[in-house]
Amino acid sequence: MPVKSVQSARRKMVLPYLIWAMVFIVIPIVLVIYYSFRAEQNGQTVFSWMNYRRAFEPIYIRVMGRSVRVALISTFICLLTGYPVAYIMASKEYVSKSFLLFLFLVPMWMNFLLRTYSWLTILENNGLINSLLAFWGIRKINLLYNNGAVTLGMVYNFLPFMILPIYTVLKKMDQSFIEAAQDLGADSKITFLRLILPLSFPGVISGVTMVFMPAVTTFIISDLLGGAQYMLIGNLIEHQFLRVNDWYFGSAVSVILMALILISVAIFSLADKDSEGGALF
Amino acid sequence: MKALKKFYLAVMLLFMYAPILILIAFSFNASKSRANWTGFTLRWYWEMFLDPSILKALYNTLTIAILSSCAATLLGTAAALGIDAMRGAGKKVVMIVTNIPVVNPDIVTGVSLMILYIFIFKFFPSMKLGYATLLLSHIAFNTSYVILSVLPRLRRMDPNLYEAALDLGASPMRGFFKVILPEIMPGVITGAMLAFTMSLDDFVVSFFTTGSGVNNLSILVYSMARRGVNPKINALSTLMFIVVMVLLYLINRSDSGKKKVLS
Repeated sequence: MPVKSVQSARRKMVLPYLIWAMVFIVIPIVLVIYYSFRAEQNGQTVFSWMNYRRAFEPIYIRVMGRSVRVALISTFICLLTGYPVAYIMASKEYVSKSFLLFLFLVPMWMNFLLRTYSWLTILENNGLINSLLAFWGIRKINLLYNNGAVTLGMVYNFLPFMILPIYTVLKKMDQSFIEAAQDLGADSKITFLRLILPLSFPGVISGVTMVFMPAVTTFIISDLLGGAQYMLIGNLIEHQFLRVNDWYFGSAVSVILMALILISVAIFSLADKDSEGGALF
Repeated sequence: MKALKKFYLAVMLLFMYAPILILIAFSFNASKSRANWTGFTLRWYWEMFLDPSILKALYNTLTIAILSSCAATLLGTAAALGIDAMRGAGKKVVMIVTNIPVVNPDIVTGVSLMILYIFIFKFFPSMKLGYATLLLSHIAFNTSYVILSVLPRLRRMDPNLYEAALDLGASPMRGFFKVILPEIMPGVITGAMLAFTMSLDDFVVSFFTTGSGVNNLSILVYSMARRGVNPKINALSTLMFIVVMVLLYLINRSDSGKKKVLS
């Protein structure tokens, strides 16, 4: 069989998937965009910009601002706490590297909701921390249902996403660079700042992307640890679709969230342009 | 300095494991509430097998994970073979579409599929959200992960191998099973496992695409969270966690042979 026809026979194998992707990927997105431009007027649904105008009212701007802010803070804390973990694990003094990494990834096999829910037991008014404080005779503090609790939940859930790519880059790093720097008289501080940190940049970018994206879109962490009144973009979408039943406005917010994600991906991949880095996901 | 590093790792591990240890501890708590500890019991481990809502949710979670990962593996592997043979703009478009479920927020995938189903149901009023829509949605987001795991394997493969097999008289079928499939198998297995775990752990997409009465474990936990999660769920999760640990241990041991990473 000539090569040409082999190729064309293989190309045909994509057909079932093309139909599938059309129905389950493309059309749903088109429907969301279509719905976002619809509105009820005098009992009729018509084309309208109303949903987008509404999405940019101050109350919703605040929700989006809070989402981005909390996600950025969580990402930053993940980077600050996760980088040292990756760095220590990748340093050569540890023989059981893969086991250590394994230990940091294992918690992800426990149901995500249950792990988040478990923080309630630790943080609530009669929870573990407050019981300890009471035991020492210290006044109870309110740990739940605020920005701090939501940030903690995000850091807890997404930290492995930060550690893994940084670790991978650090471990692949050519040790002879570091030895060369030391031979040339660089102390460990300079070696880290001028050599290791810049070389691990692709891992950092990939980690930041992998933490920021789920953090900015979550609605469960904010729902469980932020309380019923706490609103992020995800909660806003969920409310519109399942509680107030305003699908048109919910669709508009979804489109805005998609745009936000696309813009962040563009920014992150722009920052990673020179280095090949890891795949985003 | 070394002690400090060890201490830091220990603190971070404690942070990662504290909620899990608490969850496991409370599966042995005699009291139903998570406010206090009233004694050790194995009662919940027995009772969870008698709770129809938990069993139903477990059944749904497992069957959907198995069915959706199998379907996604078949559909995705075939698609990857096709995409690999494509060139130019067509390939670019297909790749962008394939990346949509991966990059798109879960919640947008969820609501967009829900809108799709409700839209279709307008023409078929007898259908409603439930097990079927849940399964379809899981296949929808799983397939992309399979394609993205298989494609790099195909790209690395020497195309001449398959053509050589055909030149030597193998039928395309035989060539595929004897030459291509063994080469891409690691990618197929990774994709299938990724799909299985994604499906097992999914909450958001399931939450929007299921109907009343059809729960998976995540949805069950979510619906309980407000009133307080039943210790039976803790018991079930502890069991599942242990099963996963044992499986990982076995895979690891058979993989690395003498390399004792778990000692």
